Amino acid sequence: MQDVRDALYVGQRSDGTLTRRPMSPHLQVYRFRLSMFLSIANRAAGVAAAGGSALGLCWISAAAKGPKSFSKVQKVTGNPLGQMLLAGWALALVYHFVAGIRHLVWDSGYRFSKKEINEDGPVAVGVTVGTTLALVAGILGVAICRSRKKAS
Amino acid sequence: MSNLKKPHVTVMRSQLSRARGLGSGQAGVGHWWAERASAVALVPLSGWFVIQVFRLAGASQPEVAKWGARPLNTTMMLSLVILTFYHTQLGLQVIIDDYVHGKAHLPAGLLMKGIVFLLGLFGTVSVLKLALAGSSRGRIAAG
Repeated sequence: MQDVRDALYVGQRSDGTLTRRPMSPHLQVYRFRLSMFLSIANRAAGVAAAGGSALGLCWISAAAKGPKSFSKVQKVTGNPLGQMLLAGWALALVYHFVAGIRHLVWDSGYRFSKKEINEDGPVAVGVTVGTTLALVAGILGVAICRSRKKAS
Repeated sequence: MSNLKKPHVTVMRSQLSRARGLGSGQAGVGHWWAERASAVALVPLSGWFVIQVFRLAGASQPEVAKWGARPLNTTMMLSLVILTFYHTQLGLQVIIDDYVHGKAHLPAGLLMKGIVFLLGLFGTVSVLKLALAGSSRGRIAAG
């Protein structure tokens, strides 16, 4: 049996003669646009956010297990490398959140024209970067203040 | 290669069977709605979780255990964990549908569902253990 997609590739003209349908152009023929990057970035951010959530389970399960396991997790969250990982997770979550809101807006029938999509793209980037920086700085700041208070 | 240049029919199917057999997958609307509904539910849950992260940043294990033992926090955490991994499964299924073709499609989807299911269950059990162990420990300490 041949691939069924092949059946769709051959079309019939109104006079009955067969014709090969045009193939849809692929990635490399398009000029780079921000919207195409934001689209695939949303998918990548979703996967990254899911991976981060899987790692985030370590935190809640360690808290459930006891102080010993929890201190192990705290070694990771207190380490600059671990904090970079957490910041990356935050970036993925925030971007997936922002892009998800855009999708919900589009699904409701708003901001879906080419002009509006091109206008909103840079705004989405700005909101993502700003929110992520504010979140990471805020959480890190609160954590540092609290550990200092405990030490004193 | 000359075959490719000249249009010809290689599949013995009538136009009617093509129209019938290659229509919609029928089950897509439910998946689409489930993805959107879980996304909408995750908006306030994520907001709540960000506030909790600020409250718990730098907290010790007993503090987290005390926080996790509150019924409201347990309810919100369970909703968050279950919906997060449900939404993850829906999203990863779309990615597998897009990129994995042929015989590998079904096992890839099942494997992904199995892993995401176990992760979600692990999170659920952890939240419940934190909730129930915390309250009993409090009782022992009080008594």
